[in-house]
Amino acid sequence: MAITDDVLVIGGGIAACTAALSAAETGAQVRLLAHKKSTLRQASGLVDVLGYAGDDGPLANPYDGLDELPEGHPYRIVGEDGIRDGLRLFDEAVGDAYRGGHTDDNALVATYGGTMKPTARYPESVASGLVSASGDMLLVGFESLTDFDAPVAADHLEAAGVPFSVRGVSLPFPKTFRADAKLTRFAKALDRDESVESGTVRSALADAVADELDGETRVGFPAMLGDDHDTEVRDELADRLGVPVFEVPTGPPSLLGLKLEDMLFDALDEAGVRISSGNPAVDFEADGDRIETVLVDQKSRMTPYEADQIVLATGGLVGKGLDSDRAHVTEPVFGCHVPHPEDRYDWSEPEAFGDHEFARFGVVPDDELRPTDADGESHFENLRAAGGVVGGAHVAREKSASGVSLATGAVAGRLAGEDATQ
Amino acid sequence: MSTSPSVLVIGGGSTGTGIARDLAMRGLDVTLVEKGNLTHGTTGRMHGLLHSGGRYAVSDQASAKECIVENRVLRRIAGHCVEMTGGLFVQRPEDSDEYFEKKLEGCRECGIPVEVLSAEEAREQEPYLAKDIKRAIRVPDGAIDPFRLCVANAASAVEHGARIETHSEVTDVLVEDGEVVGVEVTHKSGTGPYVHGNPGEVEEIRADYVVNATGAWAGQIGDLAGVDVEVRPSKGVMTIMNTRQVDTVVNRCRPKGDADIIVPHETTCILGTTDEEVEDPEDYPEEGWEVDLMIDTLSELVPMLKDARTIRSFWGVRPLYEPPGTGTEDPTDITREFFLLDHADRDDLPGMTSIVGGKLTTYRMMAEKISDHVCEKVGVDAECRTADVPLPGSEDFSVLRDYMDDFGLRSPIGRRSVQRLGSRADDVLTSVDPNPVVCECEAVTRAEIQDSLDTAGTDLNSVRIQTRASMGNCQGAICCHRMATELAPEYDEDVVRASLDDLYQERWKGERHGMWGEQLSQAALKHMLHATTMNRDSDPAATESGVDFAAFDDGAVADGDRDAHAVSEVNDGDY
Repeated sequence: MAITDDVLVIGGGIAACTAALSAAETGAQVRLLAHKKSTLRQASGLVDVLGYAGDDGPLANPYDGLDELPEGHPYRIVGEDGIRDGLRLFDEAVGDAYRGGHTDDNALVATYGGTMKPTARYPESVASGLVSASGDMLLVGFESLTDFDAPVAADHLEAAGVPFSVRGVSLPFPKTFRADAKLTRFAKALDRDESVESGTVRSALADAVADELDGETRVGFPAMLGDDHDTEVRDELADRLGVPVFEVPTGPPSLLGLKLEDMLFDALDEAGVRISSGNPAVDFEADGDRIETVLVDQKSRMTPYEADQIVLATGGLVGKGLDSDRAHVTEPVFGCHVPHPEDRYDWSEPEAFGDHEFARFGVVPDDELRPTDADGESHFENLRAAGGVVGGAHVAREKSASGVSLATGAVAGRLAGEDATQ
Repeated sequence: MSTSPSVLVIGGGSTGTGIARDLAMRGLDVTLVEKGNLTHGTTGRMHGLLHSGGRYAVSDQASAKECIVENRVLRRIAGHCVEMTGGLFVQRPEDSDEYFEKKLEGCRECGIPVEVLSAEEAREQEPYLAKDIKRAIRVPDGAIDPFRLCVANAASAVEHGARIETHSEVTDVLVEDGEVVGVEVTHKSGTGPYVHGNPGEVEEIRADYVVNATGAWAGQIGDLAGVDVEVRPSKGVMTIMNTRQVDTVVNRCRPKGDADIIVPHETTCILGTTDEEVEDPEDYPEEGWEVDLMIDTLSELVPMLKDARTIRSFWGVRPLYEPPGTGTEDPTDITREFFLLDHADRDDLPGMTSIVGGKLTTYRMMAEKISDHVCEKVGVDAECRTADVPLPGSEDFSVLRDYMDDFGLRSPIGRRSVQRLGSRADDVLTSVDPNPVVCECEAVTRAEIQDSLDTAGTDLNSVRIQTRASMGNCQGAICCHRMATELAPEYDEDVVRASLDDLYQERWKGERHGMWGEQLSQAALKHMLHATTMNRDSDPAATESGVDFAAFDDGAVADGDRDAHAVSEVNDGDY
């Protein structure tokens, strides 16, 4: 017997979660079908909407850039209302854990490379470190953590002309780990406040940083200040130092990204969304232009999932929602049309930061986010797409990845829910 | 005051560094200049095969004999650069029996140890060989790291008093009274922000004798001296796989042809190659069909290659040479022997000899021959010792022990570090504390990066070839910026940033040849990390126009106020 729901959302990232939340709001019974860990582990945990458009940027207000975006950009389809709806769902899902919802404006946030980027929402732990806020800054890195070199990052921010003074120091972490210890090991030591010679990790760290403080009014660390007890760790350090403490978003493994994933899944639970995870959707059965069942590969057997409406939110090239070989780019679950140049050498540009075609790969949605075939006709009347699997946006350039996921997720989920409950 | 004769060597590849080492060990006053980093030319762009000679045993027995001799020498003096994988010449059903027999016979004639394996035995050794192969010949092929080899030769030369100048391009050959008396070099900043000598400075380096060891570029140096050196550069593609599908060098046993060798190398396999003459060794097309040819043809030997992941491709140019008038049409038929061209005899221009042809496996023998020649010219009577004295890093193998305890490194990291560093492992790995891993794919720690910086200056591509950092599956997505920050605090942030851009771009160039499937996914992730998360594509520090910081959200309303939304709405209403 098939498992039956009103709306089946395939995917496990921001777009899938948003689509599921949005569909649930319409009263539909929703199931999320997630294969494996989402790409949030690799993401900064920042929620960008639009930082650059055309030749403009960094944009202080993301909505100012919408008119500069090309035809076919997902934002042109869902419009400003779609973006706002996505952000509303996000704000409701994460509550006080994220900031930025008080204004339309972007904030500028320092990241682990020493650069800054415009973003619409940022974790609460990042808030006191905004580069677009005043206050002299001390950045602290660790000799044994190669991902973040605080002195270089500080000089980099100075080179960008930040309106405050910033200094970086590299300190030994109070506890020694293996040469290949990941950031998570450092976070755990702070979480548990492990013992070290001169007391505990937190107090030893605070003492070491206090020695370096020279009038700065905020202190930043790479985002490793605890995992399960992050607020407690940050509060204790701030308390001991007497100034606000903030985190600088990092690359993988990104604790901020992982925490965001947890929050989104908590919100799904609260909204009554059913979750099936661990196995990939690999095939489907259709009757004409309606998908009847989605087939999930559960090792030895194919399990059918039935739903009235389906949202495809399996991600882009990184999340494997798109696949390719030497000659073709494909959407592997439903075989939706993915336009791409014939010669694979035209998929990318010789310049590393060129305007790569591959960055825009994805399915081509109609006005209601249904993927279309080469003739512009929707493949299936009950299939919609959201997030990275949707083409037409160069999200890396635009700094719009999360925003596109939120907006398309919100709209695709709502439309799917409405259709299913009509 | 040095009274020993001075020799200027042009070219920092295996031959040039080999010559510099040989002559320096014989007590000569040696300067080597190289326009890029070490291995910038052909040496850094080859498949890393340590020939047994088997490949030439039918068509070019002189080369084959040299190969087997040097194969044994290199295992002795460069153990830390060599992995003795062994090699197989594999016959498929459609490959001729007659050639198989000729290969076997040729190897025996050249003194190359051989053993015939049945299909079953061959597949036992290499399980991924095609099921329908007929049989194979086992030969002592191996894998050699050309980067490590070159760096070790250069280090040895320096130990013996040589001066090595990289990023120093010869812009003129000085000829006075009909004799070569030295060169003019321009120290450059290269394409990147290199700090080597004084960028832009022009220096005249005079020497009693000049050796042109620039391989495929020998004609260009010849032009500067006003002599013709007829090298025939021939390009070949090499495609790198993400893992070792084979642990033995696998050759196709047939007369000649493209795409007939797979060389296991470190964590990868390298597929090779093509052989096509080009006009300019620095400007030739690199095309997708060549990559396709590697995959499609070599999957006849190892079928799993068809759907395996390639991480990048690169091209190199062979410095083929044949004496004027030979007129061989197909470059695959040109001999792989090497030639000394003494321009005194040939062109009536004393003071300079060019060395052309040859191959990496015989680099030391080539260096010995030309060093003998130079010594004769400058009147020095000294024995060559390079076949007996191990290279730095290969002196003492007692270091192969429990690395974990010694260096605080997990065993796989310690093992790989020691493999790369050889007998220098102790010195290098204990030089930095703490010593975290910088490149996870290739298990490279800070100590190794810092050690390579001694010779690399700010050239991260030189760091890369010395350490293998950023050469693994992720192609530097995770470690490029970490490598760059290792330049600080010695160098300022702007140098760190420019060096990063340079390395990142170099990685991207080769990656494009493998961008489909898994590797396109990997490249997309890399792009997301560097463009999205780090915003390196629109870095405000790199743009002319400043940022209006005050126009952005300063977080003020939300700061610590749980009723932020409500407050903001009330305020909006008031205004």
